[in-house]
Amino acid sequence: MIRLKDIAKVYPMGKRELTVLQGVNLRIKRGELVAIMGPSGSGKTTLLNLIGCLDKPTSGSYYLEDKEVSRLSSGELAKIRGQKIGFVFQTFNLLPRLSALANVELGLRYAGGGDRHLVLEALARVGLSDRANHRPTELSGGEQQRVAIARALVKEPPLILADEPTGNLDSRSGQEIISILTSLHAEQGVTLVLITHDAGIANHCQRIIHIKDGQIEGEEKV
Amino acid sequence: MTKFFEPFSTAWSGVVTHKLRSFLTILGIVIGVSAVITLMSIGRGAEAQVLSNIKNLGPNLITIRPGASMAGGVRGAIGGVRTLTIEDAQAISEQVPNISAVAPSYSSSLQLVVGSKNTNATVNGVTPEYMPVNNLKIASGAFFTEYEYQQGAKVAVLGSNVTQTLFGSENPIGQQMRMGTIIVRVIGVLQSKGAMFGSPDDTILIPLTAMQQTVAQPLTPHGGHIVSSISLTVSDQSQTQNVLDAITSLLRTRHQLASSADNDFNIMSVEEIASTLSQAMGTMTLLLGAIAAISLLVGGIGVMNIMLVSVLERTREIGVRKALGARERDIWIQFLLEAAFLTLAGGIIGIIVGWAVSYIISSLGTISTLVSADIIILAVSVSVGIGLFFGFYPAWNASRLNPIEALRAE
Repeated sequence: MIRLKDIAKVYPMGKRELTVLQGVNLRIKRGELVAIMGPSGSGKTTLLNLIGCLDKPTSGSYYLEDKEVSRLSSGELAKIRGQKIGFVFQTFNLLPRLSALANVELGLRYAGGGDRHLVLEALARVGLSDRANHRPTELSGGEQQRVAIARALVKEPPLILADEPTGNLDSRSGQEIISILTSLHAEQGVTLVLITHDAGIANHCQRIIHIKDGQIEGEEKV
Repeated sequence: MTKFFEPFSTAWSGVVTHKLRSFLTILGIVIGVSAVITLMSIGRGAEAQVLSNIKNLGPNLITIRPGASMAGGVRGAIGGVRTLTIEDAQAISEQVPNISAVAPSYSSSLQLVVGSKNTNATVNGVTPEYMPVNNLKIASGAFFTEYEYQQGAKVAVLGSNVTQTLFGSENPIGQQMRMGTIIVRVIGVLQSKGAMFGSPDDTILIPLTAMQQTVAQPLTPHGGHIVSSISLTVSDQSQTQNVLDAITSLLRTRHQLASSADNDFNIMSVEEIASTLSQAMGTMTLLLGAIAAISLLVGGIGVMNIMLVSVLERTREIGVRKALGARERDIWIQFLLEAAFLTLAGGIIGIIVGWAVSYIISSLGTISTLVSADIIILAVSVSVGIGLFFGFYPAWNASRLNPIEALRAE
């Protein structure tokens, strides 16, 4: 599913350059559930953005479903994001003025469109059918993240990427979110990559990748 | 189909979810568009009124006046030289085809005495043809006949303003008045033609033959009887230009002008006057519209301002949309359509407001207004054009945002 070869990412910082990732080699198989762990500033979010086609590597190659995507134009990357990748963010990133339903609909909007019943199904999947017309501000943090998950899964992408999905939640809501994500993986065979600080959450995954100073330090099977 | 409408619904929801901001933006455009429509309708109304007044003179009318004198390169006042004669009028009548009637007239300022009222007025000595040629109608009484003209009858026909001044509410018909050295009897009053430059409402008409009894009509060196103007009507309007040319060459021959010399007379058709005036009025309308367009421009800059703020404020939304798969094109279409919606709404409301204001101005009297389709089309297309033009830069900015940075924005 995912194959990273010698990936490096360097950001220009004024006159100096900041190396965020270097020499990253990684393979993730279809249907895997992978956690990425590492201290802050280690480059794990950058890695996830690269995997999510939000960013391009400075050097190296990235094969997504055996297709080299690291040299594609921004429009082609957008198309891949729309069709193949669902994002779940730490800060939810729902549009505040839209209802839960409309936020989930947005997930279909750039994936080629689709029926409204898909939207309702996705909301039901995360247990929020009765909250469809509420705005994000009227929902709890856990509920907001569930809307965000519904938005990611409504287009049934093969790959879902979650960047500290429980980072802003209390442990009970966090537990709910993790169980929704893991059941998505178990029941629909979605490939799931998530970043976490929480070893308890990482232990739900099949594989944990440790990253430090922009390099993969090691990995362990759970 | 839903796919086609999606960008519109996205843009529309952007408009309705920011109601106050959208309202203020629309307001700027409303003011601009309604100002354009109101001012241009005033211009068009004035134009139409002036043209209808001129057409009132009779569309087939041609007038000839003595020309300007040229002395050392300085052009004197029109009529400064006395060159036109009754004999010229006769020659035109006899030799130029497609003319229905020719009416020479001789004007002079005379003292009028009616009862205890004593005033000076311009009196026109005219022939019976003067009435039909100048499209005049009698309100009461009668015009003098061919017989009265031949006899030099001392009778007068008054314009409505003159009647009001001299006789007030009294019936003037049959009244006597002294005019220079003769006594004349009022036999008719002209229908009013409305306020305009050179209105017949201010004239007094008497037979040219009667005029000659009180004022010595001057003669040219060749013995011609001098007149102040010659008016005539063309029988076939399509022949107007040929008639003008024929009269010009006839008069040049009669006045023995060298081929290099300027005309010593001015000849103009009502058609020409109308087209000259309508051109001038059109320029005025355009000028009014241009002034109003400045406010439309300001409104457009307002749209750009709001859209820039909107893009800044919704940076995170743009990041989210991009993460969800929105291409640059999707983003700029969204913001461009939002700007177009705002200005289109402003344009439509502006038409209604502008129309209403024009209607109110008309109904107050004095100024007449005319709202025409081209003004409306112009105002709406300009307002939408402004939306697209001024919306383009903010939309382009939005589409170029880096999704990662946009997602990190506060």
